[in-house]
Amino acid sequence: MLLPPEHRYAKMIDARKNEDGSELSILNLGPTHPATHGIFQNILLMDGERILDAEPTVGYIHRAFEKIAENRPFYQITPLTDRMNYCSSPINNMGWWMTVEKLLGVEVPKRAQYLRVIVMELARITDHIICNSILGVDTGAYTGFLYVFQFREKIYEIYEEICGARLTTNMGRIGGFEREWSPRAFKLLDEFLEEFPVAWKEFENLFERNRIFIDRTVNVGPISAERAISYGFTGPNLRAAGVDYDIRVAQPYSSYEDFTFTIPVGKSGDTYDRFCVRNAEVWESLSIIRQALDKLPEGPYHADVPDYYLPPKEDVYTSMEALIYHFKIVMGEVPVPVSEVYHAVEGGNGELGFTLITDGSRTPYRLKFRRPCFIYYQAYPEMIKGAMLSDAIVILSSLNVIAGELDA
Amino acid sequence: MALEQSVIQDKLVATFGEDVRFLEKTDIFTILIPSHLIVPVVMFLKNDEVLRFNFLTDLGAIHYPDNQPAEQFCIFYLMHNWVDNVRIRIKTFISGENPEVKTLTNVFLCANWMEREAYDFYGINFIGHPQLKRILNMDEMVSFPMRKEFPMEDGGRTDKDDRFFGRTVSNKPVQDQVPHEKL
Repeated sequence: MLLPPEHRYAKMIDARKNEDGSELSILNLGPTHPATHGIFQNILLMDGERILDAEPTVGYIHRAFEKIAENRPFYQITPLTDRMNYCSSPINNMGWWMTVEKLLGVEVPKRAQYLRVIVMELARITDHIICNSILGVDTGAYTGFLYVFQFREKIYEIYEEICGARLTTNMGRIGGFEREWSPRAFKLLDEFLEEFPVAWKEFENLFERNRIFIDRTVNVGPISAERAISYGFTGPNLRAAGVDYDIRVAQPYSSYEDFTFTIPVGKSGDTYDRFCVRNAEVWESLSIIRQALDKLPEGPYHADVPDYYLPPKEDVYTSMEALIYHFKIVMGEVPVPVSEVYHAVEGGNGELGFTLITDGSRTPYRLKFRRPCFIYYQAYPEMIKGAMLSDAIVILSSLNVIAGELDA
Repeated sequence: MALEQSVIQDKLVATFGEDVRFLEKTDIFTILIPSHLIVPVVMFLKNDEVLRFNFLTDLGAIHYPDNQPAEQFCIFYLMHNWVDNVRIRIKTFISGENPEVKTLTNVFLCANWMEREAYDFYGINFIGHPQLKRILNMDEMVSFPMRKEFPMEDGGRTDKDDRFFGRTVSNKPVQDQVPHEKL
C-alpha cells in the first residue's frame, strides 16, 4: 500500500533500517477480508511477521442510527436496534423496549418478563456460538463451526415461530410480545434444550484441551483487569480478565433476580480465557432458560396499556375505540413524558445501554446507544502490539467485534 | 454498605462548593457542573476512597439550539461505581459558538473514541485530546451531522407537523422543564 509521505508510519519506515537490510512494511488488514469477519480496516506496521503498531479505521457501515432515531416514533426504532449486534438482535430489541417502558412507567407482566429472559438467553447462545466457532475456524478447526452452526439455525426457527423473522427480528412491543408463543415454539425450544447441550459438550471437548488450539490462544492478546476497566471493557471480554461485572446481576432487569446462575470469570484475559468464559456462559444461559421454563407463570403475554400496545386486528375492524388506538399508535401519536432515562442490558458483548431523552414529541430528542464493541475495540491496537499477524486475526475474532454494533 | 446519594452530595459540596448543582427527579443521580470543572470532578469521583466511581460507562453530547448561546451543547458523562453498584450522571453545558471542554483521555482510556465520536457528530473540541479527528464519518466531511440544524429527510414534509396533532414540544433541557404529572 502506498502511504502518503506525511503519514507517521511512512516516517517510521524511513527512519528505521534493520541491520540485515530488511525494512518495515505496511499491511492493510481489511476493510474487506474474510478473516476480519466484518468491514473494518487496520493499517498494520509490520517488521516481518511481527506487528509493531496498528491504526484502526472504523465507520465503513455507519448508518446514522442515532440521527434516524431522532426522526422516528419509538416502535420504528426497534428495527434499527436489530441491525446493531445482528448476532443477537433480540437482546437489542428487548433492551430498547425496556428503556421505553422505563420512560413510560409501563409494568410488564411476569410471564412476558420470563419469556423475554428466555429469548434473550437464546440470543446470547447464538452470539457465543458464532464467536467461539468462528474462533475455531480462525485457528484452523472448521469442523466445530459446521457442527454447532446448525443449532443457531434451530434457534432461528424458534425466533421465526415467535415473531416471524430470523436474523433481524424486530421482536416484541411496548409492554410485551406481539402474540402468545405458539405450542410449536415451546416444542422447538424443548428439542433444542435436548439436543444442543450434547453438541456443545462435544464442541468444548474438541477445543478446550486441544494442543493446537491451546498453543494458538493461550497468552495471545492478554489484557489486565485494570487496563480492561480503563478501556471500558464489559461483558465476556471483561470477565475473561477476572472481573465479575454482569448487569444481569448488578442491576437486574426483566426478573433476572428470580434465577440462580453464576458469572464465569477468567484470569489472564487472553484469547483462551475469552473462549472459555463464553463456553461457560452458554451453560449458564441454558440453565436460566430451563429455570424460566419451569417457573413460567400463567398470565398475559403483554401489559394492559392500550395507549401503547396495538389492539387485536379483529377489534380494529369492529370497534371504534380499537380503531382509534390503532391509528394513533401507528402514526406515532402516543403520549410521551418529558424525561431522561438510561437503561442497560447485558448484551452478547457487554453493557448495551440506551440513553433516551424525550421532549414530549413523538420521537426521541436524543438517543444514545452505548455500544460495547465500539468502546472496547479501541484497545485492539494495544492488544496486538508485538503479536504475529495470524494472532491478530485470532484476537480480533475472540473480541467478537460486530461491525454493525461498532458503527451503528 | 451502599453508597448513599447524600454522601456523594456532601463530599462534592465540601470539595467544589456551590459550583456543583444537583438535579432532582432523575432516574440516575445527576449533577450539573461548569465545564472547566469536568476533569477535577471526574478525577475526584474516581479516586476518592469512598466514592470510587471506577468506570466511565458512556459519554455523549446533546444539542439544544433553542438555549441561550452559552448553553447550546450539553455533554453527559455516565460513571459507575462497581463496588457499591451506584451510577452517577454528570452534565455540563458549553457554548454553541465555540464548544470546547477538556479531554478525559488522561483519566479513562475509553474516553478517547467516545470523545472522537462526540467531535465527529457535534463538532465539540476536546482540548488536549491526542487524536481528535472524525471516527465514523469520512474525513472529508465538513458538517456535524447530529446537530439539530442538519436535515435528515425532506424538509418540506408537513404531514407530521406537531401542531396538527395538538402537541406542544419544548426544546428546553429536561431539568428546566416541569415534570409531567400524570399522562
